[in-house]
Amino acid sequence: MLRTNLTHILSEQEHAKLLQENENVMVCCGRMGPMCIPVYEVMEELENEYPHVKFADMEFDIPDARVIRDLPECRNFAGLPFVVYYKNGKVVKATSSIQSRDQITSILDQYFSQEVKETATK
Amino acid sequence: MNHYDAIIIGAGAAGLTAGIYLSRAKVKTLILNEGAVGGQMVLTHEIANYPGIESISGYELARNMKLQAQKFGAVIKSNIKITSFDLKSNPKRFVVNGKDEYTSDVVIITTGGRSRTLGVPGENEFKGKGISYCATCDGDFFQDKEIIVVGGGNSALEEAVSLTKYASKVTIVHQFDHFQAFEHYVNEAKNNPKIDFIMESKIIEFIGDEKLRKVKIQNQRNGEVFEKDIDGVFIFIGYVPNTEMFEGILELNQYKEIVVDKNMATNIEGVYAAGDSIAKRYRQVTTAVGEGTVAALSAAEYLNKFEKAEQVAEVSVA
Repeated sequence: MLRTNLTHILSEQEHAKLLQENENVMVCCGRMGPMCIPVYEVMEELENEYPHVKFADMEFDIPDARVIRDLPECRNFAGLPFVVYYKNGKVVKATSSIQSRDQITSILDQYFSQEVKETATK
Repeated sequence: MNHYDAIIIGAGAAGLTAGIYLSRAKVKTLILNEGAVGGQMVLTHEIANYPGIESISGYELARNMKLQAQKFGAVIKSNIKITSFDLKSNPKRFVVNGKDEYTSDVVIITTGGRSRTLGVPGENEFKGKGISYCATCDGDFFQDKEIIVVGGGNSALEEAVSLTKYASKVTIVHQFDHFQAFEHYVNEAKNNPKIDFIMESKIIEFIGDEKLRKVKIQNQRNGEVFEKDIDGVFIFIGYVPNTEMFEGILELNQYKEIVVDKNMATNIEGVYAAGDSIAKRYRQVTTAVGEGTVAALSAAEYLNKFEKAEQVAEVSVA
């Protein structure tokens, strides 16, 4: 299990449940490595700033991580971590390799902003 | 009032060490860090030459240093952006994220460095899709594939050899006709049957569709350009110091590194610097720790000029 303070996804079932129960989900699938750790740290900090987004991690090397690794959106990825953003259970964005706080918040604001949420529910 | 005795900019090995020393000396210390805590240390898979610790991951060592600094009272704010600052004023002044203001009597700059990029077309586009800067992170994506390693220093040759565990073939592309690496790294690479060399050449373009497919290489001697099909490229061409924000303010050398004296003092009174952002020859965790120590003790001595003298004096010589 990854040593982060994020919600850990340990199986395909937990992954499915998380998507079912949360409208906006960001999952970082990686290892405790140089490119992954900065992303986990940013996610931990953003948990308070984006309460309408569920932040979670998943160990890249467990068999059940195929739910991330085998996504069509990730088929050309060759750099950890794989980060996937889901809205209503559907992938809206996926990134490969290290991302800065600005890059992450830019994606969150684009796809999960409160304004988008309000518009979507009107 | 967000006033601290000392503000440290950067939370790598040098910054965290300075934070440990100062906070242990009861100096009210704030560490402002624009990235993740640990700096370049976190990029190191295994640190095996840190005295007293036989082997430790860069992540673990950084985590231990962070906890140690916090335990003594240092406040760490990471993933922030310094939007304006004044090093010449007294107290020194920093504005973070455009709204939060912090002041201090003394400043230690430990902004470190970042991996140098080639800066050629396609590099940003294919990062994570064939281009990598971390062999231990991404090596296993290239099992039985053909890759290029760019660079001629210790990191490039060491990582090229380690990548032969995965790749079917590794080609080292280097801009000069000789390597800057230690001889044993060069020999190890030259004796590895999976490694080829393209010398006096540079990659000038990355080409692909949804992922990297080929590179365009130019020979530096005759200007000839050719294309090479490739599955992945690992880039290890050194580091650039994170000192852009200090240009025109602090004295920098031709490599944009901060010039310091033996006490780690910069050209501005009350401003010290340590770690990979300063002008020096060897960039190691151990040297950063040593410089962070000197900077902290110098800063403590400087604070003695103010009313913090009694608190700091005893610990600074301990």
